Amino acid sequence: MGHLTYLSLLVGCLVVTAPLELLLGVRVYARWRRLLLAVVPEFVVFVVWVLYAIAAGHWDYSAGRTLDVRLPGGIPVEELLFFLVVPVCAVLALEAVRKVTGWDAGYPAEEAEAGR
Amino acid sequence: MTYSQIAVAVLVAVLVVDLAVLRTRMVTRRVFWVAYAIVIVFQLLMNGVLTGLDVVTYDPAAIWGPRIAYAPVEDLLFGFSLVVLTLASWAAVNRRANTTRRRGLDTRTRRSSTR
Repeated sequence: MGHLTYLSLLVGCLVVTAPLELLLGVRVYARWRRLLLAVVPEFVVFVVWVLYAIAAGHWDYSAGRTLDVRLPGGIPVEELLFFLVVPVCAVLALEAVRKVTGWDAGYPAEEAEAGR
Repeated sequence: MTYSQIAVAVLVAVLVVDLAVLRTRMVTRRVFWVAYAIVIVFQLLMNGVLTGLDVVTYDPAAIWGPRIAYAPVEDLLFGFSLVVLTLASWAAVNRRANTTRRRGLDTRTRRSSTR
């Protein structure tokens, strides 16, 4: 897949988890404002970590298996997307388990409040 | 700091945020561990491809050395911290939003019931 390898993996994550929203109805994307807000701390912490790791030479990225578009600090565009896609998938997984089992996640169910 | 040292430091910080700062206590909940069990399967798959195909390469001096599915074990700490921080934050945002909304509903109910 060459330059599209990393990007394809990210798209794959979104495709694989899409049925949780579309079929199971977990309403994660439907709560997109909350989702964006919730992802902010993770995004900031991990992007700072990655920028430090790149600067310190802890890891490096293949030019041939990424789009090779580097943002300021040398971070590949896919790596930035990783820190949006992966947390969204984690939230989808949590909401799916919660919906199926009914187990407490520490906050009131949104479904009841929304009247659905 | 090496990758290993940062991974441990971030893990501790994230646990403090979950247990003491936001008090979402995600890591004490069954729903979290079942969700994490699902996430880690896909994480190992994705990480295995990323590291197995050398999309990402590591400085041997910055890691402990042992690898699981091609990826340094530190990646497991990295992934775990990412998931805990995200889900604790998601819980905190929903807790606040739903509590506020519930208060609003309560207020309306009370008002109409006194009239």
